[in-house]
Amino acid sequence: MSAPVLAVTGLEVRFGDVRVVRGVSYSVEAGEVLGVVGESGAGKSVTSLAVMGLLPRHARVAGSARLHGHELVGASDRELAAFRGKSISMVFQDPLSAMTPVYRVGDQIAEAVRVHQRVGRGRAAERAVELLDLVGIPHPRRRARAFPHEFSGGMRQRAMIAMAIANDPDVIICDEPTTALDVTIQAQVLEVLKKAQCETGAAIVLITHDLGVVAGFADRVLVMYAGLAVESGAVRDVFHRPRMPYTIGLLRSVPRVDTGKDVPLVPIEGGPPSPAALPPGCPFEPRCPVAIPECAAAEPALLPVAPGHHAACLRSREPGGPALAYDARESGGPALAYDAREPGGPALAYGGRETGGAVPASSPRPPRERRAVVLEVDDLVKHHPLTRGAVFRRRVGTVHAVDGIGFDIREGETLGLVGESGCGKTTALMEILELARPQRGRVAVFGRDTATLSPRERMAVRRDLQVVFQDPLASLDPRMTVHDIVAEPLTAHGGRDTGPRVRRLLGLVGLEESDAARHPRDFSGGQRQRVAIARALALEPRLLVLDEPVSALDTSVQAGVINLLEDLGRRLGLSYLFVAHDLAVVRHIADRVAVMYLGRIAEIGGTGLVYEAPAHPYTQALLSAVPIPDPGKERERRRILLEGDLPSPANPPSGCRFRTRCPKFRILADAARARCVQEEPEVRPLEGDHAVACHHAEEPGVV
Amino acid sequence: MLTPPREETAGVRAAPGRVRVPSRGRVVAARFFGTRQGRLGFGLLASMFLLAFAGPLLGRWSATELDFSAFMRPPSADHWFGTLQTGSDVFAVTLRGARRSLLVGLLVAVLSTGVAAVAGSFAGYYLGWTDRTLMWVADLLLVLPAFLILAIMSPLFTGGRWLLFVIMMALFLWMVTSKIVRGMTRAIKEREYVTAARFMGVPSSAIIFRHVIPNLASLLIVDATLNVSAAILTETSLSYFGFGIQPPDVSLGGLIADGARTALYAPWTFWFAAGALIVVILAVNLIGDSLRDAFDPGARRGP
Repeated sequence: MSAPVLAVTGLEVRFGDVRVVRGVSYSVEAGEVLGVVGESGAGKSVTSLAVMGLLPRHARVAGSARLHGHELVGASDRELAAFRGKSISMVFQDPLSAMTPVYRVGDQIAEAVRVHQRVGRGRAAERAVELLDLVGIPHPRRRARAFPHEFSGGMRQRAMIAMAIANDPDVIICDEPTTALDVTIQAQVLEVLKKAQCETGAAIVLITHDLGVVAGFADRVLVMYAGLAVESGAVRDVFHRPRMPYTIGLLRSVPRVDTGKDVPLVPIEGGPPSPAALPPGCPFEPRCPVAIPECAAAEPALLPVAPGHHAACLRSREPGGPALAYDARESGGPALAYDAREPGGPALAYGGRETGGAVPASSPRPPRERRAVVLEVDDLVKHHPLTRGAVFRRRVGTVHAVDGIGFDIREGETLGLVGESGCGKTTALMEILELARPQRGRVAVFGRDTATLSPRERMAVRRDLQVVFQDPLASLDPRMTVHDIVAEPLTAHGGRDTGPRVRRLLGLVGLEESDAARHPRDFSGGQRQRVAIARALALEPRLLVLDEPVSALDTSVQAGVINLLEDLGRRLGLSYLFVAHDLAVVRHIADRVAVMYLGRIAEIGGTGLVYEAPAHPYTQALLSAVPIPDPGKERERRRILLEGDLPSPANPPSGCRFRTRCPKFRILADAARARCVQEEPEVRPLEGDHAVACHHAEEPGVV
Repeated sequence: MLTPPREETAGVRAAPGRVRVPSRGRVVAARFFGTRQGRLGFGLLASMFLLAFAGPLLGRWSATELDFSAFMRPPSADHWFGTLQTGSDVFAVTLRGARRSLLVGLLVAVLSTGVAAVAGSFAGYYLGWTDRTLMWVADLLLVLPAFLILAIMSPLFTGGRWLLFVIMMALFLWMVTSKIVRGMTRAIKEREYVTAARFMGVPSSAIIFRHVIPNLASLLIVDATLNVSAAILTETSLSYFGFGIQPPDVSLGGLIADGARTALYAPWTFWFAAGALIVVILAVNLIGDSLRDAFDPGARRGP
């Protein structure tokens, strides 16, 4: 075993009296990838910033971080400057704010080179171009002269990696390098990181909350919770034989793209403790399902449980470990406990529904064709004009945000609308919610065409059609109490005496009555989203539109909200239009799924069919890019890497929009290609419910 | 299968059982009176009002009476604040002036800020023709010489028609604020909670009064506070030229203008009126500060 490149021991960080990081130790060797995982607020980023010496002045750092034996903690800024960027470099989450907007990308990389190497200006510029080429930026010579805002998110992150490896560092710290990116771009960037590591032989510390990324990329993993390292070990050990209940909970709460509804998500109850008010014992004890009384007494130390595998749990040395206890407890499931406590369940509490009543969970649903259509969208189009000029506005182009999409949702059904950012899914959703005449095509809600609605009818439709937005903090008025927020739709539709109804609704989404008097900012993210769901349910709608409802939440909390939505949907007979970019979440909740690409639907069908046998090359690439939190599976998978970025919706390619990036297009014969270039594929049915917009869907693909 | 009922126990949880949810007005009032600053400001302003309206009952002299045995006398047991050159009792005259100034200042501030809030938010929310019309009116009023118009109209304000004066002053004070409000409304209109309310079927005017204007409360309160001082001072300068509140009414501004001439050798003619003005403006500022904090649930709570 060679000497570690970076060794951190007993690192502590305090902000005033608050200990944010409380004695974290780890080490990385050359060529090794250490994954640091944990939820927001666990202290992952602060740890790495402390190593780089980049924390603000009022933070107090104790402990030791040695880079090749040189102590970094407490070193002066001048000493650190000799290391930073040279032997240790960093890749940040948001590449737009990590680059100076007023300098050309090439100049910024060249500057990073010249800070540490005595080379001429011309040589440094040459090196910058080489580095951009290395990270896979096309036309590097021309691109080096571009400004950061001219790069897409993925390209900026590549440029950041180029800058990080400019001086051949020994350690690269990556702080959530792919969190802000779409999955296909994430796959590209991770590939570049791998390549960069091969070139430099550097050790990588990869900080992320995405267990899938860690499973595919890291050699060892460190799980952090409340400023502590709670488990560490080789990736396979930690993922397959976790010994700390937090890790177990995290692994079970994350939705996976390779398993469907049959594997239920197990959320971790509660939320991470505030670093200012930690429990006296194990920080996870209040949320731990297998806690024993001793857990509350003292904080457990990180002790070895197997060779190279450490865990901080009193029960980790029991035969079978906490996982066994976990399973025993889960056999009834939280559902059982919940139902027992509240006879009749939330469905009863919801009650009072005059129109038809909720569908009982036990009765078998009639087949899809016999159920009523609640939302029908046909050839919906939304184009934004692109204008130029301040005085004389002239139209210079058209953004084809949504370009003729069609789908329908039947009663009690969930349709997942997925796609990468910029594919037009949110625009489509807004067009539907406006309930106005679309630019082209037809939207019919509950069988009524929105183009011919009178204001009174529109109001009646709004009653049955409600929406939940992505960021609950933004969608709840900060100046109103929870009671006023939840009561707002009721009063808008002429309800009086809202008190009892609001209390029932809060109970329905798992909040307490006393929460009604509080303001949104007093809640955690998951609770806020529950308030937003309660508000959406206030009028007993039949169709709920959800715009990325869980993507702003932490993994363990996400599972709770997904389960709540699933349960409410079943008990109350709701239909959902679920818009998301996370394919794993959609697989969990949706009955049918529609994949969008550049304003068009690429593929639509039953969730099982689309995920198991994707027919469109884009769906195939998308699915292969989603990381699975299982090191075994993740490393064996073949990944289809898409080239380049999403084309601009102002100037979509002729014919099939996907052909510029399509892996199948490249292996087709010329005659077949011509069809892709000239003719735009229509969505055509394959078998049963499954439809696809590809001329060559039946031919054997590249996967 | 259902989810855990709780995620986090942030903050202090109230006792189980029926929980009364106070209305927004109650919350704001409770938080306002929870701060020392708020109580002090309210107390000061309330006592100024009490003094201005009930004070004349205490004094021996009325504002119109003249004591021909005492011209320009310093404060004494007979005349608590001294007398003016005409023999008027300064105490009685100051209270009378304060009465008018308080009403003028507060009414003008509330009126002009109210107009600014409504005009600005409607223009910013509806845009289109509403916006163009309202902003055209605002621009028009901005280019009119307010002082000159008020001066020309001053004969109309005689005979107790000071309310007309209040309305005219407010009319010339709202434009700049309304432009700021319009800009901020356009930003708030893009917020998701406004979109959410719209998709819920809440009518536009209700959205403006429930979501837009309360979220501008900080700006509006600061504006109203400043307008109180601005109104009193504008009135003062108008009175200085003889155009403001017309006799037989008097205002603090008129008294200060008169007193300023004799302030050097008979300071009581000036300082009591000026002191009253300072106390009023201080109280209004204290109230404004506490109100702003009381409206913002994120602000630090009082002890």
